[in-house]
Amino acid sequence: MNADCIVIMGSNMAEAHPVGFQWVMEAKARGAEVIHVDPRFTRTSALADLHVPLRAGTDVAFLGGVIKYILDNDLDFREYVTAYTNASFLVDERYVDTEDLDGLFSGYDPETGSYDRSSWQYEGVDAEGADGVRAKEQSSSYEAGAGGAPLEGVGEGVASDPTLEHPRCVFQILRRHFARYTPEVVSTICGVPVDRFLRVCRAWTENSGRERTTALVYSVGWTQHTTGPQNVRAGSIIQLLLGNIGRPGGGVYALRGHANIQGSTDIPTLFNLLPGYLPMPDTSHENLAAYLENIRGKDQKGFWYNADAYTVSLLKEYWGEKATPENDFCFDYLPRINGDHATYRTVMDMVEGRVFGYFLLGQNPAVGSAHGHLQRMAMANLDWVVVRDLAMIESATFWKDSPEIETGEIVPEKCRTEVFFFPAASHVEKSGTFTQTQRMVQWRDQAVEPRGDQRSELWFFHRLGVLLRERLAGSTDERDRPLLDLAWDYAMEGDEPSAEDVLRRINGIDLRTGKPVNGYPELRADGTTSSGCWLYSGVFADGVNQAARRRSHLEQEAYDLEWGWTWPLNRRVLYNRASADPEGRPWSERKALVWWDAEKGEWTGHDVPDFERAKPPDYRPPAGAVGPEALRGDDPFIMQADGKAWLFAPSGLVDGPLPTHYEPHESPVRNLLYGQQGSPARKVYGRPDNPSNPAPPEPNLDVFPFVFTASRLTEHHTAGGMSRQVPYLAELQPALFVEVSPELATERGLAHLGWAHVVTSRGAVDARVVVTDRMTPLRLPDRVLHQVWMPYHFGQSGVVRGDVVNDLIGVVVDPNVFIQESKVLTCDVQPGRRPRGRALLEYLEGYRRRAGVTEETGTRIATAGRLDPPAHTERT
Amino acid sequence: MGVGDWVRSWPVYRQLTGTDRLGRGAAARSRRSAELTPRTASADRVVGSVCPFCAVGCAQKVYVKDERVIQIEGNPDSPISRGRLCPKGSASKQLVTGPQRQEHVLYRAPYASEWQRLDLDTAMDMVAERVLDARRRGWQDRDEQGRTLRRTMGLAGLGGATLDNEENHLVKKLFTALGAVQIENQARI
Repeated sequence: MNADCIVIMGSNMAEAHPVGFQWVMEAKARGAEVIHVDPRFTRTSALADLHVPLRAGTDVAFLGGVIKYILDNDLDFREYVTAYTNASFLVDERYVDTEDLDGLFSGYDPETGSYDRSSWQYEGVDAEGADGVRAKEQSSSYEAGAGGAPLEGVGEGVASDPTLEHPRCVFQILRRHFARYTPEVVSTICGVPVDRFLRVCRAWTENSGRERTTALVYSVGWTQHTTGPQNVRAGSIIQLLLGNIGRPGGGVYALRGHANIQGSTDIPTLFNLLPGYLPMPDTSHENLAAYLENIRGKDQKGFWYNADAYTVSLLKEYWGEKATPENDFCFDYLPRINGDHATYRTVMDMVEGRVFGYFLLGQNPAVGSAHGHLQRMAMANLDWVVVRDLAMIESATFWKDSPEIETGEIVPEKCRTEVFFFPAASHVEKSGTFTQTQRMVQWRDQAVEPRGDQRSELWFFHRLGVLLRERLAGSTDERDRPLLDLAWDYAMEGDEPSAEDVLRRINGIDLRTGKPVNGYPELRADGTTSSGCWLYSGVFADGVNQAARRRSHLEQEAYDLEWGWTWPLNRRVLYNRASADPEGRPWSERKALVWWDAEKGEWTGHDVPDFERAKPPDYRPPAGAVGPEALRGDDPFIMQADGKAWLFAPSGLVDGPLPTHYEPHESPVRNLLYGQQGSPARKVYGRPDNPSNPAPPEPNLDVFPFVFTASRLTEHHTAGGMSRQVPYLAELQPALFVEVSPELATERGLAHLGWAHVVTSRGAVDARVVVTDRMTPLRLPDRVLHQVWMPYHFGQSGVVRGDVVNDLIGVVVDPNVFIQESKVLTCDVQPGRRPRGRALLEYLEGYRRRAGVTEETGTRIATAGRLDPPAHTERT
Repeated sequence: MGVGDWVRSWPVYRQLTGTDRLGRGAAARSRRSAELTPRTASADRVVGSVCPFCAVGCAQKVYVKDERVIQIEGNPDSPISRGRLCPKGSASKQLVTGPQRQEHVLYRAPYASEWQRLDLDTAMDMVAERVLDARRRGWQDRDEQGRTLRRTMGLAGLGGATLDNEENHLVKKLFTALGAVQIENQARI
């Protein structure tokens, strides 16, 4: 609402986050310019000042063009960039850029498809975790937690050139890296007219600086790509160059799609994370000391240095009094990871018969995960599945009504999987917290009791824990110790643990007094505090459930600090120290947020300062200082090992220190800029049951000539389990459809509201045709390229039904976070309905044959500079 | 009621003589419509909640009467939503009270073609047994280089992102203590 311009890219905010979109409209009413960059004209575009259609999956090229525009025209906010980013830092002389290696960075190994990252470091600085193979196998961007990989030697300052002229300083590297991303190149790659691209550049830069700020909004339209994190990085670089981070009306907004998906990463159920972005230990971590050494540098700056306090406090919450200094606080009770154990790899392991049991907790992968066919075949090969949900969903009934029943690939009488369906309690039948998309934790009070066998997850997992411990009581097997020693002693309300007590224990307890701690700075590494998630420390400050505060916004100041509670420490704008200049004065009165009050000797302002309250702007650390003490008074990025925001990421990412334009895994277009076609570090799973459509330089591109993308409707929710069953919503959006342009309709003979089917090498799905100029044919230099779009909410059960759109999508993932590329692939579209039964299998086989698809297709990922790159299949 | 009152109660009369000439307000009101009250007015209590769909976090007011949810509306006090709900949030009463809600544990035996009912305690016992069995079969003490693994690869999980923070905490804690690592979430997707 404080923004002067809002750029929405990779998000259909009006459709997917409609109530949040009111604030965009509020800003627009105050004069802000709203820009929507998206392949399709959507409800968001309709309300924007400018819609820019681009080819799906070319976001880095577009954003790279904006970066070049900023640098070429000296439009960066130079004081901010110099003081608060790593622009002036010098990079190791061994670093070689993609401009010189045909699309690869230095350190690439085509045999493993991964990088040795040691040459990407600052001059004279060592970084841990440069082992690319291990990193790519373990999604190790999170390996080092929220602070990125540890840096050694930054305590004393990194070699830098404040004039930004040194050829190896980050600023100059940035210039060279994006030198070829001209408006004309952007236009050719993205299919965007030059004048529209330049209009975006002008709006973004004219609305940034001392007096003005631009907000950047994205959703999974940016993340579900093999270059997902690099899309976000590119946006962040722009926001940093323009000084739009930590300031009112600025920022990068990741609009998340589920009520508690933010909380699900903060207090994660993810294979590579412990709560608070602490990494899961791996096989190289023999003990707690080795683990901590891997997370933080010995002399690094910032609050991540205190990872020992966060880790020990977590172990104290897990194992209570059993966790002592003598036994390393039970560190050895933690299981170790040593590879890719993410959901898609696990599903393939199910197909191989290596996994026996599966819990699905409010999740419907038969419809909602990429490659629905693979998901269902995996479940049909398990010993048992536990499904917990509000209503009957496809993932519970795959054995009797999945599409594979019709094709004969699953036969109920031959399917051995036991299925347990447990009805779940809904959001009004239990108390607890959701963390919304801007990190605000909000408490829900229980309204009514659940009925019949309906229970919360809290009840289910507590009860399961009790039963397991009963069964193992008296066991002398060392492997059972972690379970038997577990602190499983939450206060009970009837037969259910008290959610408030669990939240209190997540907040953390001072074990000497038994009182809740007031924030993570109070956590200790000596075992005198416990905390289930250090980031949430403070949610129970003063013994009060801060998340349950509901003081009306009508009675509060602009930042509404008494509604809910935002991590960390109720700070609403992250890194808001950057809203003031190095001397601690607001960059401008119009954009004041927090500032230094010299009289009182503290930071103050409209928001809670994201900075040590009493540290003056001119504070300089004493020699040898580490951790928070080593942060200068003008280092706003307090979680970073060097206190600076990273334009260039010397560590933390496994696919490059800078975003680079790569084509999607499946693309009809050859990379215009480099011999390297797609992301050279993307993770492919080359196997017969996960085929890819061909992409250049492979032949037969005409079999799947169109670009496919998919997303949400307002009236449905994800895999449909919470919306297709609800009559009001089903009535509002009754059928699956595919949007095509009038030109494509003519080309393929598709009739408006008639049937068509969309085909890939994985599957074919039926849909009603919607012919609309919301889909713009893209004019590339050598041809017109068509894109098609589908909503993905449908499945075979519920009030309204339809084919599973995820059946079209294969599994190929980004190497940093292992998220699938489901926002862009290639496809064919044909009029009429698809074949059914065995005929469907033959039909797909015909497509694969014509396209020359084998399990090697798409797996020869290193296409730069060599004629015969190795295939990365499961056989090799 | 006298004749005069009767005539004056006639809507057309009120429309012609009153200020509501278009007959869209006071003139069209009948005794019945004047006495109607929203069902929210008769609720026994109003409970503060949060919408379970997307991540905007719109505040909801849940109206309860006779221990049943009778209405769910937006909470105007919220600085996030200012009382607004989208079509999904507005339909959330149907989500929580509709006939699609399952109330009983169901069990599909191997090779069976239909569900059968199962008692909750029995089902919990069966799951506990299977968890220990799968854990044992997938157990790995050490890798080929002798380094600690202390885990099982026999169990997996995928959580939706509508679970509460408190629930996720227990899920992660219990599975970690079991040695299960393939415990994932919609957040990966």
